[in-house]
Amino acid sequence: MNSATTATAVFGSEVNTSKKRMPFSRFVPLLLMVGPVILWLLIFVAAPLLYIFVISFMKKGIYGGVVVSLNFENYLRIFDPLYLRIFLVSIIIATATTVLCLILGYPFAYIIARASDRNKNILLSLIMLPFWTNSLIRTYGWIILLRTNGTFNTLLVSTHLISQPLQMLYTNGAVMVGMVYTLFPFMVLPLYSSLEKLDRSLLEAANDLGATPRRAFLRVTLPLTVPGIFAGCIQVFIPTLGYFFISDLLGGGNSILVGNLIRNQFLAARDWPFGAALSILLIVFTIVLMRVYKHFGGSLENIT
Amino acid sequence: MAQVSEKVMVELHNVDKSYGDNKVVKNLNLQIQEGEFLTMLGPSGCGKTTTLRMIAGFEDVTAGAVIIEGENVVNKPPYQRNVNTVFQNYALFPHMNVYDNIAFGLTEKKVNKEEIRQRVGEMLSLVQMDGYETRRPSQMSGGQKQRVAIARALVNRPKVLLLDEPLGALDLKLRKQMQVELKHLQRQLGITFVYVTHDQEESLTMSDRIAVMNNGVIEQIGPPDKIYNRPATKFVADFIGESNIFEASVVSINGDNLKVIFETGGAEVSASGFNQDEMVYISVRPEKLKCSIDAVPGFNLRGTVKEHIYVGSISKTIIELPNGQNLKMSLLTGTPLLPQGENVWVYWEKDDTVVLHTNEETLYNLIEQVPKIEVRV
Repeated sequence: MNSATTATAVFGSEVNTSKKRMPFSRFVPLLLMVGPVILWLLIFVAAPLLYIFVISFMKKGIYGGVVVSLNFENYLRIFDPLYLRIFLVSIIIATATTVLCLILGYPFAYIIARASDRNKNILLSLIMLPFWTNSLIRTYGWIILLRTNGTFNTLLVSTHLISQPLQMLYTNGAVMVGMVYTLFPFMVLPLYSSLEKLDRSLLEAANDLGATPRRAFLRVTLPLTVPGIFAGCIQVFIPTLGYFFISDLLGGGNSILVGNLIRNQFLAARDWPFGAALSILLIVFTIVLMRVYKHFGGSLENIT
Repeated sequence: MAQVSEKVMVELHNVDKSYGDNKVVKNLNLQIQEGEFLTMLGPSGCGKTTTLRMIAGFEDVTAGAVIIEGENVVNKPPYQRNVNTVFQNYALFPHMNVYDNIAFGLTEKKVNKEEIRQRVGEMLSLVQMDGYETRRPSQMSGGQKQRVAIARALVNRPKVLLLDEPLGALDLKLRKQMQVELKHLQRQLGITFVYVTHDQEESLTMSDRIAVMNNGVIEQIGPPDKIYNRPATKFVADFIGESNIFEASVVSINGDNLKVIFETGGAEVSASGFNQDEMVYISVRPEKLKCSIDAVPGFNLRGTVKEHIYVGSISKTIIELPNGQNLKMSLLTGTPLLPQGENVWVYWEKDDTVVLHTNEETLYNLIEQVPKIEVRV
């Protein structure tokens, strides 16, 4: 997305600065460079989105197909208390996941930002390394840890801390653990980059003016890393609503989030129009969050 | 120096600073009087900023003591020291407006709101920034940011104000204006200023005393005119203003009159405390250098007029010696200039030179205590 916007920006400025039409000899190479990206975006982003948007106003056929018609029924259905509850639970879990990631991620990002260059690389690769493994497989790993006769329960029982294995898997707690684990880097990286950018002389200035390190953190570091906090929160909050496989695997049937609901409409219930309407709602919700983020001075460059 | 009292405000006692094996500051001793404007001058990497940061408390000393108002503060963090700093890049808080920036130190000290309002107001008029309360740092020019940075430090009424190349980022004209303003401000408030710069002209303009630093030691410390007219080492002679420096050997001594020879000829200088056959440096300022079509008694130094450089109020003439050394001579613009390519005799008044021993062990302690042995003008 990013490369396409910069490319078009370059293209646009070329057009503006030259009063005549761009000479053919310059137009062709530009088109060769930018063209494939635009084509890719049209085919794989714009067209499917448009398709989803259009069918969200249609009706489900008897055998699962799509019947052409124009109505808002799919959107009205969302206000069914059943679905509203799913939305509410999703937002609660996403909020809790975001807060947990922030609480765990901020000190971690702070330590990385303050570490020596060598340790910085080690710590950053510790964050990135697990991502070279498929996230589905890593989520299965959590099943082994959390299940009734899994690693944690075995440990706890054998040390006599508990007498009966605990129900850990297939709870909202397990879903949140999985979410926090999977999305942690998306919180740490923007926090790290905003902490890294923070001019150290500002902290020296604060100390010089009589602020203890704690006060300097509250009055200088924290407010100046708000963009990083926002960026991290958005990057954790939004995927949490959609990562259906985590709630599928770790929540069993007990936890249905918006992501699962959408997935079910497309695959199980074969009600594509309703699934499309839910997807559009999620996209709108995301856009609103982004607008709020930008309104508070956030830069979209922090979200990469 | 009139307002400078005898009370020592800041004292550095045998201060060392190393980063690993790299000794940045070596056995530094320095006393700064109350109300004094002291400048630490030197090229980048000479340890001047490190010294300033040790006074502020941002750097630990490796050995020695930093004494502020009679109290050794080496174990005190910056926020417990009664000094404030004006940073090179201003370090204004970008998320706060001018008012909140200046009020920062006072709110940390829990001064009541009414007094903060009054004192911030006073500071803003002191630095001529009334009406800028709600501006953000990003909305101001370098000069304006500089004034706010100074106000933010001064509002705390520090005993000592530390300034780390505060004018480095300003353009020449603004820099000259701010130099005068800073000097006035310091006179007016009577606060001790410790000022770090690599700009020798700036240091000459502003300071009561200059400490010239090189390679982690103070080469010379003294008032600007003494530093300029009586440099104690070759480094100081070279770094402050321009100098023509000759490496010479003393051939005969007659009272204060020395006859010296060097690669390209011979000359006479006036100095004492030197020995027969000793190797010395002779430093002559460009404005003291003279030339003549005819030979001058006592001097045997020939050169060729190479070029003239017009620099406004003065013109510089470059004279090339047979060994390729270029001598700089400055003349008031309007003085008739010798044609290029002309062969001339170079000379100077015997008293217009500084003669220096060639061993560089001329640390300032020695110079301060027994200056007459070292230097004679």
